Amino acid sequence: MKSIPHRILEGRSTGYYGLIAGLAALVLAGLWAAYYMESNGHHVTGMNNQIVWGMPHVFAVFLIVAASGALNVASVASVFNRPLYNPMARLSGLLAIALLMGGLAVLVLDLGRPDRLIVAMTHYNFKSIFAWNIFLYTGFVAIVIVYLWMQMERRMNGFVKPAGYLAFVWRLVLTTGTGSIFGFLVARQAYDAALMGPLFVTMSFSFGTAAFILFLLSLCRWAGCPLGHEVMERLRRLQGIFVIVVLYMVVVFHLSKLYITEQHGIESFILLDGGAVTLIFWLGQIVIGSLIPLAILYSPYTRHSRPWTAVGAVLISVGGLAQIYVIIIAAQAYPLEIFPGKIVVESSFFDGAIVGYQPGMPEVMLGVGGVALALLIVTLAMKILPFVPETLADVRDSPETESVDAPPATESAA
Amino acid sequence: MSDEPRASEQKGRQARRQFLGRVGAAAAALALAPGVRLIDLAIARPANEPASSAQRWGMLIDTGKCASGCDACVRACNDEHGLEARHGPATDAQWIRKVTVRDRQSGASTSLPLMCQHCKHPPCVDVCPTGASFRRADGVVLVDKHTCIGCRYCMMACPYKARSFIHEQLDNQKSYAPRGKGTVESCTLCVHRIDEGRGRIPACAEACNGEGRRAMLFGDMSDPQSDISKELARNSGVQLRADLKLDLGIRYRGID
Repeated sequence: MKSIPHRILEGRSTGYYGLIAGLAALVLAGLWAAYYMESNGHHVTGMNNQIVWGMPHVFAVFLIVAASGALNVASVASVFNRPLYNPMARLSGLLAIALLMGGLAVLVLDLGRPDRLIVAMTHYNFKSIFAWNIFLYTGFVAIVIVYLWMQMERRMNGFVKPAGYLAFVWRLVLTTGTGSIFGFLVARQAYDAALMGPLFVTMSFSFGTAAFILFLLSLCRWAGCPLGHEVMERLRRLQGIFVIVVLYMVVVFHLSKLYITEQHGIESFILLDGGAVTLIFWLGQIVIGSLIPLAILYSPYTRHSRPWTAVGAVLISVGGLAQIYVIIIAAQAYPLEIFPGKIVVESSFFDGAIVGYQPGMPEVMLGVGGVALALLIVTLAMKILPFVPETLADVRDSPETESVDAPPATESAA
Repeated sequence: MSDEPRASEQKGRQARRQFLGRVGAAAAALALAPGVRLIDLAIARPANEPASSAQRWGMLIDTGKCASGCDACVRACNDEHGLEARHGPATDAQWIRKVTVRDRQSGASTSLPLMCQHCKHPPCVDVCPTGASFRRADGVVLVDKHTCIGCRYCMMACPYKARSFIHEQLDNQKSYAPRGKGTVESCTLCVHRIDEGRGRIPACAEACNGEGRRAMLFGDMSDPQSDISKELARNSGVQLRADLKLDLGIRYRGID
């Protein structure tokens, strides 16, 4: 396949500056929220000594998981030799770095002592999976930057493939590490499962691809980059498979928990009588985040429609947030089993009781600020370096077109 | 005048000086010795020496002696460390709390104090990214307030909900119990009392004794002659969540 030249985003329109201003405002609001939480103390949030990780962690983990998945497109191009994806590899790498930066910013600003970031960078306990993740995250950014450099610098193009392999392996380890942050918590009924690592890997495939689809559709619409049917068709199929794989993992995860009698309590809390948690699981994660998107992605009435594909990707992202909310919040809301065989009848610290969680406005603002930061990084970077492919239009002589469904006669452009 | 009488006079002076010197030294020794001995008694382990693994501080809690309405241990801990009620039990620091449990089978109720269990293999120490959570050689699990970044991962990992995150600005702190907004803390087993080495016991156990209950027996579990070791040899008690095999420093009786 002929290599497609890239260009920088012109970025002189009112819309571009408006977008920058809007995103910057959201980032500033997130920073203010962090300042408000840090100066007053975390009692102004919905978090407490039982729900110690709240909405900021939901957003941060979602962004970090989506970040490694956003690199899928580049990996498919470099590792799995699909030249159709080559022109999008730079965008894929850029989105991956930006999402990770957004997630890390939220994570750091929600620390009790964000001013001690330097301590986290200089004191390591290597038995901690958290400490490992600090290396995995910073390493990911460094490796993807090198990967982008190999792609952009003509004389380094020969190293694109090895860099792509390294980035691919690294992102798998990274997401396994992120899942293991939860999987290694043996005392919590909802976690303590080796399956958390692989589950997070599949989640990253799905959420990252959804983020990339939304990014690509928006970019091609606003930047005037022709977007062919083949590209969208491939991404739609990938997305559909990833949603199915995540659903499969979720089913296996809960079935394996249901097999263990001592886990029936937490499973009943999530699946049946957990109030908001149960609603968010069934309505948010399963219906909105999985079943409706699958219907959109595979229905003959919607599958070739770009607006519908975009709706599907938005729903998958919303479902992703719901899934991470259930993973993080439900596990803390449900009481720890400190006294097996006994019922707690009195405690000054909610032992044996389910604790509610009402996210505070600053928490949500910080999380949204992280998303805005990721988008701001992407928007600014495209104006500085040549990330945008000249065209993603169909190439008729490509052998890959043979396996792709024929485009419908009337295709709506997003 | 001959030289002989002068020489004998000098010898006499020397002997007198030696005598006075010896008497002075003996008097000084007599005066200082008790003080030196007292200092020796007061410092079991000099401040510049690290905690030793020859000791394992722990506590045996006899729930049969613990009254359900009594919270003397909780009040003593709060007073000792300056823990105040601020924004409610959900966010207030609780280093020790009273819990009442009922057996599902027999219906028997038991009241007990619950705090950091000072595990030999503490999950909080395993997961802490900066190493701020640490276990001393003598078994006391602590948080280094200088390197805690407030990530709360230790709180996610603790099987006993024993840790508290400081949710607000604090003032009027005790010099021996430094605390800080945005960091995590938990029961220190009154390490400032232990390190004094004068046989002082944690405030909670002292208060329990003060109430005449003697439900909390503190001591060195590695010393076979200590009261706690003798009691544990007689009846080893139970460890909470023994299935996790964390080898706890706090043992309970009466909740089998």
